[in-house]
Amino acid sequence: MATKAFQKIYTKITQITKATCTLKATNVGYDELATVDGKLAQVVKIMGEDVTLQVFGGTEGLRTNAEVVFLGKAPTLRVGEQLSGRFFNAFGEPIDGGPVPEGREVEIGGPSVNPVRRMQPSELIATGIAGIDLNNTLVSGQKIPFFADPDQPYNQVMANVALRAQTDKIILGGMGLTNDDYLYFKNVFSNAGVLDHIVSFVNTTENPPVERLLIPDMALTAAEYFAVEKHEKVLVLLTDMTLYADALSIVSNRMDQIPSKDSMPGSLYSYLAKIYEKAVQFPDGGSITIIAVTTLSGGDITHAIPDNTGYITEGQLYLRRDSDVGKVIVDPFRSLSRLKQLVAGKKTREDHPQVMNAAVRLYSDAANAKTKLENGFDLSDYDERALAFAKEYSKEILAVDVNLDTTEMLDMTWKIMAKNFRVEELNIKQQLVDKYFPKN
Amino acid sequence: MSTKGTVKGIISNLVIVTVDGPVSQNEICYIITGQTRLMAEVIKVIGADAYVQVFESTRGLKVGSEAEFSGHMLEVALGPGLLSRNLDGLENDLDKMEGVFLRRGEYTSPLDEEKLWQFKALAKVGDTVAAADWLGQVDENFQPHKIMVPFVFQGSYTVKSIVPDGEYRINDTIAVLTDASGKDVNVTMVQRWPVKRAITAYKEKPRPFRLLETGVRIIDIANPIVEGGTGFIPGPFGTGKTVLQHAISKQAEADIVIMAACGERANEVVEIFTEFPELEDPHTGRKLMERTIIVANTSNMPVAAREASVYTAMTIAEYYRSMGLRVLLMADSTSRWAQALREMSNRLEELPGQDAFPMDLSAIISAFYGRAGYVYLNNGQTGSITFIGTVSPAGGNLKEPVTEGTKKAARCFYALEQACADRKRYPAVNPIDSYSKYIEYPEFEEYISKLISPDWIPMVNEMKTLMQRGKEVQEQINILGDDGVPLDYHLTFWKSEVVDFVILQQDAFDKVDSVCPIERQQYMLKLVTGITRMQFKFDNFTEVMDYFKRMINTLRQMNYSEFQSDDFKRFEQELEQIISERAIR
Repeated sequence: MATKAFQKIYTKITQITKATCTLKATNVGYDELATVDGKLAQVVKIMGEDVTLQVFGGTEGLRTNAEVVFLGKAPTLRVGEQLSGRFFNAFGEPIDGGPVPEGREVEIGGPSVNPVRRMQPSELIATGIAGIDLNNTLVSGQKIPFFADPDQPYNQVMANVALRAQTDKIILGGMGLTNDDYLYFKNVFSNAGVLDHIVSFVNTTENPPVERLLIPDMALTAAEYFAVEKHEKVLVLLTDMTLYADALSIVSNRMDQIPSKDSMPGSLYSYLAKIYEKAVQFPDGGSITIIAVTTLSGGDITHAIPDNTGYITEGQLYLRRDSDVGKVIVDPFRSLSRLKQLVAGKKTREDHPQVMNAAVRLYSDAANAKTKLENGFDLSDYDERALAFAKEYSKEILAVDVNLDTTEMLDMTWKIMAKNFRVEELNIKQQLVDKYFPKN
Repeated sequence: MSTKGTVKGIISNLVIVTVDGPVSQNEICYIITGQTRLMAEVIKVIGADAYVQVFESTRGLKVGSEAEFSGHMLEVALGPGLLSRNLDGLENDLDKMEGVFLRRGEYTSPLDEEKLWQFKALAKVGDTVAAADWLGQVDENFQPHKIMVPFVFQGSYTVKSIVPDGEYRINDTIAVLTDASGKDVNVTMVQRWPVKRAITAYKEKPRPFRLLETGVRIIDIANPIVEGGTGFIPGPFGTGKTVLQHAISKQAEADIVIMAACGERANEVVEIFTEFPELEDPHTGRKLMERTIIVANTSNMPVAAREASVYTAMTIAEYYRSMGLRVLLMADSTSRWAQALREMSNRLEELPGQDAFPMDLSAIISAFYGRAGYVYLNNGQTGSITFIGTVSPAGGNLKEPVTEGTKKAARCFYALEQACADRKRYPAVNPIDSYSKYIEYPEFEEYISKLISPDWIPMVNEMKTLMQRGKEVQEQINILGDDGVPLDYHLTFWKSEVVDFVILQQDAFDKVDSVCPIERQQYMLKLVTGITRMQFKFDNFTEVMDYFKRMINTLRQMNYSEFQSDDFKRFEQELEQIISERAIR
């Protein structure tokens, strides 16, 4: 970023920590950006003349006589149609070799939507993955994370969801992406020929971790432009939010804040809420849907990051490897979409809610049968049939490589249920059985 | 002259202001940045430095900005016109705000200054009156809204004049009062009150004893809440906390419902905004929204205003209680409020208590719950605030400070449990861990004996013992196997299942079952208690299961049918038939 002639240059840093530096300066605004020897930094504390800056690139090698220039504005993004199809870093600078896009400059991390100006979400987002569409239907304006262990293919699933969802724009916010995953996303999007619908803000593992803090706000500012001004349906992908939260804890630690649960800052909930609550359905058709990834350590959801996330988001999706069929499935027990009742059976076929519940119940009967088997008890005929059902259900419906429309999913579920169970074992309303139970 | 100051330091929404005169703790000040005035509250003073928390984003704020101190604490305006409003945590009317996004420094009053209200005097010239005494009333959405002597008035006053019945605006003088020293004061229909202070202008606050009917069986029967009582609902996410809270607010026998959405999901608030205006009030047949106020501070709105929002809601509740009305206040969730306290305590660099919450968290929670209650007003009428808060315990662990602090303060405990939710037993309230202290009050027992019947409480206690016993035998069956226990154990277990499925579980989404009036609850409790007291004849345990599954199914069908309808009676006959197959009379 070029400095302008009349800007005052400070050269006396009084304090340096691993992520921040402090100097004496006047007429500085809170949240304002600065450059420290060319590295971007942001004001996080002002005390009289002492201004503390969070240096995004880290303070390695920083001199006490480094040149500090204040830019007079909070971090901004130039928004406009030219964002489409481009890849940017955490500061909104192109990393794809293309020109700097033109557009209106907006501050990122802007104000919240007035809750009375929102509309209740009611539009189905079809992903083709039955574990999602059938059991945990997504709705536009929803915010939902994948809770996954780091070794699971969440980025691939997310890329599939993004490509299949009928949205106008997809905005990728990558935090601490490995370079391989970054290239994976890039390839998938360009191979699918949808690059012009996609805007990406990427911080890879090679970039400094504190820079990640800007990624969600950058991505959501772009999303708000398309949703508010262009009335478009926007899908925002944020991966991985755990790395974002880790970066928060680094900064709060360097600022000597008292850590709360799991060494996270006490304001973790507010930080996460400010991001996720940008998901919105507007009355004029524009919407922002957020699908995020929160990686877990050893499946522990009581850790502060997934726990706070769970209280903010509208459900969560769990991925699990099913060793019986050798595939990754969307776990039907622990996954939940809190907004599914707004569309299931209303925007989809009438038998959707009942079929979904019946199949999950039968699947849980199979889980009980499996426990019985493992404990050395004899299996009843019903148990055997439940196990057979579970295997097929897992393979044809729950596996993440499934690609069906919702009607096909329902028909397939009926078929698998009918193959293994009698009508009276399904506990489904008679009227629906009469209409949809496969006759042969 | 009011105190002024200049900004000296900024750390997020904590701002340090050097002042030129006296300030008081919790005083409101406005920090001026460019064209906007940011509202803030004093939370600490050291020497000439006032530490203020700003209710808005402090982005761009500079050292040297000016601040003006208002001389009063955070206040809300109280007057006719608050009902059916959607407010934010500082009592701004959300519907009056322009644009899609909330703009910093925009403050909008919920009260309409131009609207004419039909005023009817209740006091006469010459009457001696004191704070909270009724001077007159206007009709607010069919509720008699009392115009009272402002709560800040101290001592007694004589009514010097009062306007004749007719139409007036809220700021018109409707009465002139003379104080003890002979000074005249004008009274309008609006008054202001600092939210963090309780309104105590009533005669007496006795122990509450009148049942607050909610139509939810697991509450009314097993863990009743009373008018003026307090309760709390802790629940891990996804256990149906919000559904239960909505069910209570829709059905409870209250005159005024105030929903404080504190730091929760915006789409849930939108659900309230969308659904409440559609809901019919089961008691009057009009719209429920007519007697509802929503105070919404979603999780992405500024954190300091979140802390204020519960106080704003409570103050409005106290205002309506002073009119002799029954107010139901629901706060979802008090954990978010506690987190707001934690964030501020953290920025003030206070030494942290458990989980980094402030040390006095438990005292703050108790003081807040203490503001609810059943009161006798000065004129002998009664009013009440029933307060139910939800708690969102981190990781579902009930040993965390907010839950523990609340447990000390609230008298009813509705333990939502993941295990119940996983088994699709809704409401997922654990029947054994939950409690209501009111059931032990002799006043309550006397009241309920008259209202329902003297054998009600004995039946409830018998039912609770059975649930406890049912859980114990279930554990034994799990350990010893179905064959390893006496047949009686199966019988006890299945009797407890009948209570669970028929009395405790309830379908919040079914038109009939979602609301269960007290007569119907009494009928079903009697019926079920009768069954649990019966002796049955069985040869083996599989018979027990099949038999009771049939019985439960029939009883559930009764729950789904209109009370005493033909269907209901038909299922009841079917039940009689089932009972006669095996009962030993």
